[in-house]
Parts: sequence; structure tokens; C-alpha cells
Amino acid sequence: MSASAEIRQTFFQECDELLEALDDGLYEIDQGVADGEVDAETVNAVFRSVHSIKGGAAAFGLDDLVHFAHQFETVLDVMRDGQLVPNEDVMKVCHRAADHLSDLVAAGRDERVLEGSTGADLIKKLSEIGGREATTGSSEQQSVDAGVSFQPLGLSLPMDFTFEEPAENDFSIQLIPSASLYSSGNDVSFLLRELIELGEVKVSVDTSELPDFDEMDCSDAYFKWSIDLRTTEAASSVRDVFEFVDGMCELDVTSREPSAKPSGETEEEDDDGPPALPLLNGASEPDAVEPPRQQSGRSEGKDKTGAQSGPKATVRVNLDLVDRLINMVGELVINQAVLTQCIDDAGLLDRGDLATSLAEFKNLARDIQESVMAIRAQSVKPLFQRMARIVREAAELSGKDADFQTEEETTEVDKTIIERLVDPLTHMIRNAVDHGLESRDDRIAAGKPDQGTIMLSAAHRSGRVLIEVSDDGAGINRPKVLKIATEKGLVSPDAQLKDSEIDNLLFMPGFSTADKVSNLSGRGVGMDVVKSAIQKLGGRVNIQSTPGKGTTMSISLPLTLAVLDGMVVDVAGQTMVVPITAIVETLRPKAGDIHRLGAETSVVSVRNNLVPIIDLGVVFGHRSQPMAISDMVLLLVESDNGTSWALAVDQIFDQRQVVIKGLETNYGHVPGVAAATILGDGNIALIIDPEETAHRNGPVIDQRDLALFDEVS
Amino acid sequence: MSTKVLAIDDSRTIREMLKHTLSSGGFDVLLAEDGLDGVEKLENFNPDLVITDINMPRMDGFGVIEAIRRTEKFNGLPILVLTTESAQELKERAKKSGATGWIVKPFDDEKLIGTIRRITV
Repeated sequence: MSASAEIRQTFFQECDELLEALDDGLYEIDQGVADGEVDAETVNAVFRSVHSIKGGAAAFGLDDLVHFAHQFETVLDVMRDGQLVPNEDVMKVCHRAADHLSDLVAAGRDERVLEGSTGADLIKKLSEIGGREATTGSSEQQSVDAGVSFQPLGLSLPMDFTFEEPAENDFSIQLIPSASLYSSGNDVSFLLRELIELGEVKVSVDTSELPDFDEMDCSDAYFKWSIDLRTTEAASSVRDVFEFVDGMCELDVTSREPSAKPSGETEEEDDDGPPALPLLNGASEPDAVEPPRQQSGRSEGKDKTGAQSGPKATVRVNLDLVDRLINMVGELVINQAVLTQCIDDAGLLDRGDLATSLAEFKNLARDIQESVMAIRAQSVKPLFQRMARIVREAAELSGKDADFQTEEETTEVDKTIIERLVDPLTHMIRNAVDHGLESRDDRIAAGKPDQGTIMLSAAHRSGRVLIEVSDDGAGINRPKVLKIATEKGLVSPDAQLKDSEIDNLLFMPGFSTADKVSNLSGRGVGMDVVKSAIQKLGGRVNIQSTPGKGTTMSISLPLTLAVLDGMVVDVAGQTMVVPITAIVETLRPKAGDIHRLGAETSVVSVRNNLVPIIDLGVVFGHRSQPMAISDMVLLLVESDNGTSWALAVDQIFDQRQVVIKGLETNYGHVPGVAAATILGDGNIALIIDPEETAHRNGPVIDQRDLALFDEVS
Repeated sequence: MSTKVLAIDDSRTIREMLKHTLSSGGFDVLLAEDGLDGVEKLENFNPDLVITDINMPRMDGFGVIEAIRRTEKFNGLPILVLTTESAQELKERAKKSGATGWIVKPFDDEKLIGTIRRITV
């Protein structure tokens, strides 16, 4: 990659961070608005984020981004100066501006132009808020244009150009430096050096002001310089040499071959920059400079931005490298298993030293693996923040007022899982706002606060990640859902469905409750797409609703996509793996515990609960008849919504960590199979998805029906 | 020995650009992430010139200039301020606080190198 491409990449990476910081900051200001006290440094940090984006964007010629960032920054600048007190309305526009800024960054990254009038609308709104920027922006533009067109225009005309080029001008320069010129790090020698590059220079120095050695202050200035310059350059170039020392010296540049205009101009400039005053100030009282604005920020590490003052040391690593490492560690774990097996086969495992070393090796391999996995783990915070925007947009489009809250947003999840959660979560949030929340009038009528609440939370629960989207809306309209499902032929008209089953009809393909297709949730995809996206991640979705109180959709996800704790089992001579997380307990049933229920179904009584038995051998076609009860080992599994099954297998071999090798990319999705893995002996084993297996086996028997059966029998 | 430049900017993008441009210009570059980081690196690195952004967390560019000018060892050190085009008043302020000169962002590589050469020995 070329250096500029690399820097470009850095820029967009940094933009992502800055946008995140911007969102953070805006929320903090929101909080401040609510509490009645907005932290000035937070506003400054927000300003800085936008300013940095603008600075980088300018370097890459992203004009739309620069222009918009400038408008946004101007409002923040006014806020920073205390001339604009942020209130809810102002913050609303700021949030939307941040969203648009993020869109512009994305557009810049993809090298496309953002269509639509959002930007223009927002710029207008920003101008209204800031008051001064509409004019500032354009006048600055003008002044830049003017600055460019003002001087060279006449000179750069082709006629003038050929005429003027060979002409030499003689300039006479009088320069009386003040002490501040030297104290600012400038030096007359630098100026002379530059003048020499312009042409022929004759210099004379007036040293008459030089005091006696005793009285001399080495930080003061005593010389007067007269310089004759013969050059083909224009007066402006000569003046440019003194750009940095303007105001730190008495300067007189006169052209002796008068092309009249430039000399007039120079005199003018001499007038408008009265050199003596600031010069004396600077020399006599070096501390009279304005105090640094951030003096306070330096000492305090207490506020949020202060967190930057003591950051944890980090390195940036190419993700490919991490993935390669994870892959290799996966192979290492497999290799360790192979080695153990070999040693076992050779009958050497009873050698104490060997067994100890092997156990250590196993633990080490596992620790390494966990540490490497931790590298990929990221907080869900940025994901949640993106959702804040979705809520805002959805609320605006549907004309509802929605507050967005998050909980436990520091929960860490594998990076890939987070990335792939964006679409399904977006869809769920849109749904929650669009379908979940009632209209304002309905809410008021129901005695609820007129502002609806969308809550997004994350938590670690028994080796998995649980993400919940809740709304405090009206809950699922079950009669309506049932009616639609019946009309669409998704359920038979005489089916008796439990509430939770009706709720979960929402996830069936082809289901949509919107009477008219709303442009929010109805983007041609239903909640079934959400479900399948989550399932692809090894996760499950569940929905719970209370009429009048609201709806909660929960996603349960694995912590990582790379390894899994599995129980290795024998199914009709085939080795298979069942995820430990799904298994509640294992049991060897007695004949009396098993009841036949119809020709094909058996149930097992577990502590007075009847649980349907699913013979994995039959499900996967490894045998045609269910095995004898006496040979069975049952794995009791439970789904997130509390339904249980017993998976019947021939034998349990082992419990171990297996490296997940996806089937989807190389083969395709097999219902009931989550993935595959390579075992210690080099053989391949399928990893079972218990829930899918249960459904593959036909409708799951309702536990209440079983209870009924229990009473009958 | 090549000229040593300490470049202070809180934007990683700008830092990388400065590093790239200055290194290719033959300068020995050390980067700092904010004013305080820059001032802390000053003593050890002993630069021939400092380039600093203005608005940074912890300590801003004015703070850097102040700190440098207050230190006897560095009070003549050339300091270039990085400003955006819109900040005429910042230039003035930078000058008042003791900056040697300024560079307008986004900077032109040649101009940056030229300006540094112009104000270093």
C-alpha cells in the first residue's frame, strides 16, 4: 500500500473513533442539558472531534465533508464560546448533524457522493442555531477567493506575464527588528537567507543603537537593517518573506522601479499593522500573552475526557494477523488433542510425568486460545451508539417521540459478531419504534408518558451474550397476529396456540403485521430475516410481550465464533458434538421413565416433567428405528424460552473444546447442524444445533400437552 | 546530522502525514499526541524545531508555546503552529504567544519543508 493510501486508511479509522467520541460527547451534553450544567471541556472535545475530521478531510479533498464539518464546527464553536446555550432542540440538530457527518465519512470512504437534501437542510438548521455561520462560511469562502484573485490576476495575464517576467525590480527594505522577533524563534539571518533566494541582495547594518557591553540585554534587539534587493519576483513575494515577523519589527518595503501599485500597497500594510505597540508589550512583559485556554484541562483527570490523559497502552494490529493467530491457535488445540490421543493409543497415559505435561500443555493451549479470543472481543458500545441513531430516525419518520436507553454497553463480544449484529439489530430497533411504540395520543390515552422508551441492553449469561431490545409500547396485538398468520396460511384456523407461540409467529417467513408497508420496518424483509441472521451467528431470538406493557426481544449469542465447549457423543457409530451450553443434564433412563406417545414419539419423565425424546440417530438418518431404551443416553437440552428436549445418543465419549469449522462456506447449511470440527484422531464430527434439531424433527410437543398426558396416564 | 522536528498533533491522520512528509524531507521526526506529551518529549529529544497543532486535549498549542518559551534552554526554539485556513485570529494569537510561524492545514508538502528550512539554522 502506498503511503498516501495508508494515511487515508488511518484517516477513516480515526474518523470512526472521532465519530464515536462525538456521539459520546453529545450524549454527555444531553445529560448536562438535563442536569442544567454543561461541562465546557466536553463541548470543547466535541468541537475538537468535528474539527479533526474536517482537518483530515481537507487533506483528502473531501469537499462535502469539509464544508459540512465546517458548518457543524461553527455551531459548536459558538456553543464553546458560551454564546449558544445548548437545549434539547439544539442537541437534536447536533445529533442529526453527527449522523450526517458519519454518512459523509462513509461516503468519502466509498468514494461516492451523498445524494439527497439532508445535508443542505441540516446546514440551514445549523445556520439558524449558530446565527453567524451562514455568513461566516460564505464570507470566508469569498475572502479566500478574493485573496487569490486580488493580486495575481493582473500579473498572470499572459501578456503581462511575458512582458513582466524579465523585468527586474529593485526593492529597498528597511527592517528594524524588535526583541519579540528573536524571542519568537525568528532571526534576521533567516529572512536574509530567504531574500537571497529571491535575487541579488546588498545588506547594511546600522549598529549605532548598540549600547555598551555592560548595558546590553542579549534578549533585546539593537540593529537596523537596510537591504537592497534586485529580483524578478513580485512585491508580494518579497512581503511573503516577512509574513511571520509581521508586527515584530518595523518594516518598510519600497519598490524603486515603481510599478506604483505594489508600493502603494506595501505602505498601506505598514499602516494597518501598528508594530510598535504589541512589540513593546511582547518585549517588556512576555507573560502578557493570553493564558492558554486549556490550562484547567491539564490538571484534571477527573472528567470523561480526562480518561484520555491516562489511556491504557494499546497497539493497533491488522485484523488479518489476529485471525491468522486465532486460526493457528485453533490448529494448536486440535494438534494437542491429536497428540493426547496418540499417547493414549500408545498406552503411555499412565506415565505420570507424561500425563502431567500433557495436562499442562492442554491448559496452556487453552489459555492461549482464550487470550487470543480476548483480542477480538470488543465492547458493544459503538454498536449501541449506532442504534441510538436508528431510534432517532425511526422516531422522526413515524412521528413518535422515543427515548433511547442502554445498559451494560461495555459488555464485550467478538468483533465479527458485533459487525454482523448491525443489520438484525437495526431491524429490531426499527420494529420496536415503528410497531412496538404506540402513537403519542394512544400513549396519553393509556396513561403512559408521551415519550416512549426503547431500551437496549447486553449481558453475559452462562457463557453466552444476551442482548435485549425492549419497548414500553402496547405489546404484541395477538388477535391481529393470529388473524394475519391464519389468513396467510401460516397456521391452521383451528390451531390452539399459546401466547408465546403467537408472539413468535412474527419470526415466520412472509409475516408482516403492517397494514400498509411502512418505509421503516418494511424494507421488504420480515423478522424472519432477523432470525436467520442471528441463527447464522449461532444465536437464538426470542420474543416476549405483555399487553399494554411492552415487548422484549432477546438475542442469545455465543461469545466467540471460533471455539465451543462440546460434549463428544456417539450416534449410531457417528461421532457428533453437542454444545455444552445447551445441555442441562445427562441421564441414563430406566425403562419405567419412558412413555410412548403415539407410534413415533416417546417421552421421558424427568423429576415429574415429561420431556420429548429425540433420537439423533433417526433425525440424521443413521438408523431407521429408535434405539432400545436400555442403550440410550439422554442429553437434556433447554431452549431459551424454556422448552426442553432429550436428545438420545448411544454413548458419551468426552467433553472438550472444539474448534468450529463452518459448513456454510464450504458446503451449505444443514438443518440441525451448526458446524463441524476436526477431532483428535483427525476425523470430522458434526456439531449439533439442538434447537434446530428439535424443530427438524417436526413440531415440538407442548409441555402442557404432556402434563395433560401425565394426568391421563 | 539531520534536523530534528518534534511534531505535535492530536489527530493521528495529521501525525502520520507530518511523519511521512517530514521523513521524506530528510528530517528526523518525533511525534507527540498532545501538548503535554509534546512538552514531555522536548527535553530528551532536544528538537531543532517544533510543529504544533492548536486545539488539543490536555494541553493546547498555546500551552506548548508558553512552556517552551518559559524554558531557558528552548526559548529561542523555532515553533510552527498548524492552523486551519479559517483561523486568522489564531495566527495572530499564536504569534502573540511566541510562535515563530504557522502552517496552514491542509499543508502542501513542499511548502512545509520549505518553511521549516526557512526558520532553522
